[in-house]
Amino acid sequence: MDAEPPRRAALARFIDPLAAPLAAGAATVALFGLFVALAGRNPLEVYRLMAEGAFGSWFSWQNTLLRASPLLLTALCTALPAQMGLVIIGGEGAFVIGGLAAIAAGLRMADIGTPALVVQCAMALAGMAAGGALIALAGAMRHWRGVNETISSLLLSSIAIAVMNQVVEGPMRDPASLNKPSTRPLPDADLIGNIPGMDVHWGLALGLIACLLAWLLMRRTTFGFAARIVGGNSRAARMAGLPVGLMMVIVTGLGGAAAGLGGMIEVAAVQGDANANIAAGYGLSGILVAFLARQHPLAIIPVAVLLGGIGASGGLLQRRLDLPDAAVLVLQGILFVALLAGEALPPLSEWKAKVSR
Amino acid sequence: MSQDYRLSRRAVIAGMSAGAAFSALPVGSAWAATPTVGFIYVGPKDDYGYNQAHAAGAAAVKAMGVKVVEEERVPETIDVEKTMESMINLDGASLLFPTSFGYFDPHILKEAKKYPNVTFMHCGGLWHEGLPANVHSYFGYIDEAEFLSGIVAAHVTKTKKFGFVAAKPIPQVLRNINAFTLGARSIDPTITVQVIFTGDWSMPVKEAEATNSLADQGVDVVTCHVDSPKVVIETAEKRGLFTTGYHASQAALAPNGYLTGAEWNWEALYPSLITDFEAGKTIPGLIRGGLKAGIVKTSPYTALVPDAAKAKADAVKAQFMGDGFVIFAGPIKDNKGATVIDAGTMRGQTDIELEKMSYLVEGVIGSTS
Repeated sequence: MDAEPPRRAALARFIDPLAAPLAAGAATVALFGLFVALAGRNPLEVYRLMAEGAFGSWFSWQNTLLRASPLLLTALCTALPAQMGLVIIGGEGAFVIGGLAAIAAGLRMADIGTPALVVQCAMALAGMAAGGALIALAGAMRHWRGVNETISSLLLSSIAIAVMNQVVEGPMRDPASLNKPSTRPLPDADLIGNIPGMDVHWGLALGLIACLLAWLLMRRTTFGFAARIVGGNSRAARMAGLPVGLMMVIVTGLGGAAAGLGGMIEVAAVQGDANANIAAGYGLSGILVAFLARQHPLAIIPVAVLLGGIGASGGLLQRRLDLPDAAVLVLQGILFVALLAGEALPPLSEWKAKVSR
Repeated sequence: MSQDYRLSRRAVIAGMSAGAAFSALPVGSAWAATPTVGFIYVGPKDDYGYNQAHAAGAAAVKAMGVKVVEEERVPETIDVEKTMESMINLDGASLLFPTSFGYFDPHILKEAKKYPNVTFMHCGGLWHEGLPANVHSYFGYIDEAEFLSGIVAAHVTKTKKFGFVAAKPIPQVLRNINAFTLGARSIDPTITVQVIFTGDWSMPVKEAEATNSLADQGVDVVTCHVDSPKVVIETAEKRGLFTTGYHASQAALAPNGYLTGAEWNWEALYPSLITDFEAGKTIPGLIRGGLKAGIVKTSPYTALVPDAAKAKADAVKAQFMGDGFVIFAGPIKDNKGATVIDAGTMRGQTDIELEKMSYLVEGVIGSTS
């Protein structure tokens, strides 16, 4: 390897991280094509329809981007802690508890007649604080109590969803919501609107900014560098004098805050109130996005758009080709398994080196 | 190399513009007399339950020669808004049936404002004055069929203990539990109904656990109000219990235990709505009705139902079909002993008080909180 000319090394550095996802993508296209062929549909027709439904027109693009926007934020809940070597899968809970905290803060502020922007900022802060606290708890338990953060974040997520259901059906229930227990709705004036010229709400912009900030923090600051050292070897990091525990709490907290912000946007831009529908699985899809993006904050953007596109086109597959909704789940499943399999293979450059030797 | 790129880019642009032209076409046909009709379901359309009942209605519309587009498992989020828009923009749908209760507010209301030329028919009876004119809502008094199920079940029980697996203690569910109980106790006042709430509309594991737990407690008739009764009915069948169905017929799942059931009759309502729509008739904002209006029906009695039960249930059914039969006729006590409907008070089906039901009647074992 050290005899390799620097240019080739640079090329390998660029290609290596892309090779596995691309191979996984190609394998997925082939396997899913086989699957739909077995179901008696023409794979080319399926892919043509998917392209039409996801990216074929301005309407489809907006549909795709709208579905991608919550995933940008929930993916960060997994991707940020992953920089420190933590596997967090509690994004759904952070999303839900963030939404609940946001509506609580928003209603309180709206009741005293605060301007819309202030209400929204308070909601965002409350959502981020609640989501952040939930996931930071998993980080803290990992560091000081040795509790596996994957399991604890999953369990905390279940607790958060149960709390939301309890609160929405109990203390915060709007008596007028008879058959669909919900909180009181936010006043229309306080709802988050669309980006001008688009049929997509501001959540998309916030998601993109969050991904960019996460990348800057992790790749362009000393803090991010230190965090990745912890990810590489936490014992060595501790030996070097890094405050590993504090850093874990901060990074898991930031991840949870991102998902919590997603929950706030779901409440303030989509639902208008909080009810069981905010636990719609965005947090779970976010895990998939983060892994497909190989935990890279910027790679989350194209992957979220891809998954948003798959979601946007799924309806068309049902309506035009009479495929069951599960077809889209099969596609996502194949993609995920192919990618995990790809992760297990050695990097392409080493593989080539072995062959040429 | 560069040529390849140009070619592929051209192909992409051609594909995109073709897609755009294609998607623009059907919009023009939205004013044609025969609509393209879109059906949206929150769960799988073969769930032996809520969604299958609607899908049966969609199939009846399709059988009229009308173009139908369907999408299943659409969550009550931005997804359903986009599915509605996609049906309107890409399929040219001008009449939509978003069938889940939770689709209404805010999703259908948003889309109805955005697409004033599209008609939205929502299942749930949530219509009120002041909504956009293109929003309609319909629902059925299915508690009538539940009352009849209670009567039938009361004739076969040995243990006098019934079980009811329910999703959430909301008015619509409580009304069914209470009607079923009142029906059973109209035959035998010693019958009790143990209710178990699972907490959500689709909780297969909890539903199975609840059914098994009911069987262990000596219950010998089980029914339910969840989105898909499949798990409850199949589990009860395995435990050798009698069952009455909900939403659709589950007779095929339980040949040894199924008695009758409370079913939606969307396959009758939907074609008649389409006919009215095509003829340009004004569709009312709120459509409600029970057995008499043909919006709900009962599963055909199976061979397990004794003649005495059939005679009694049919007699009450004839009253529902005739001048009307009042299920919630006072005096009615809740299961804590408080009088909830005074003696002499008749709460007929259209009584708005019934929409706010928050109690379980005497004879139900369980709590709403």
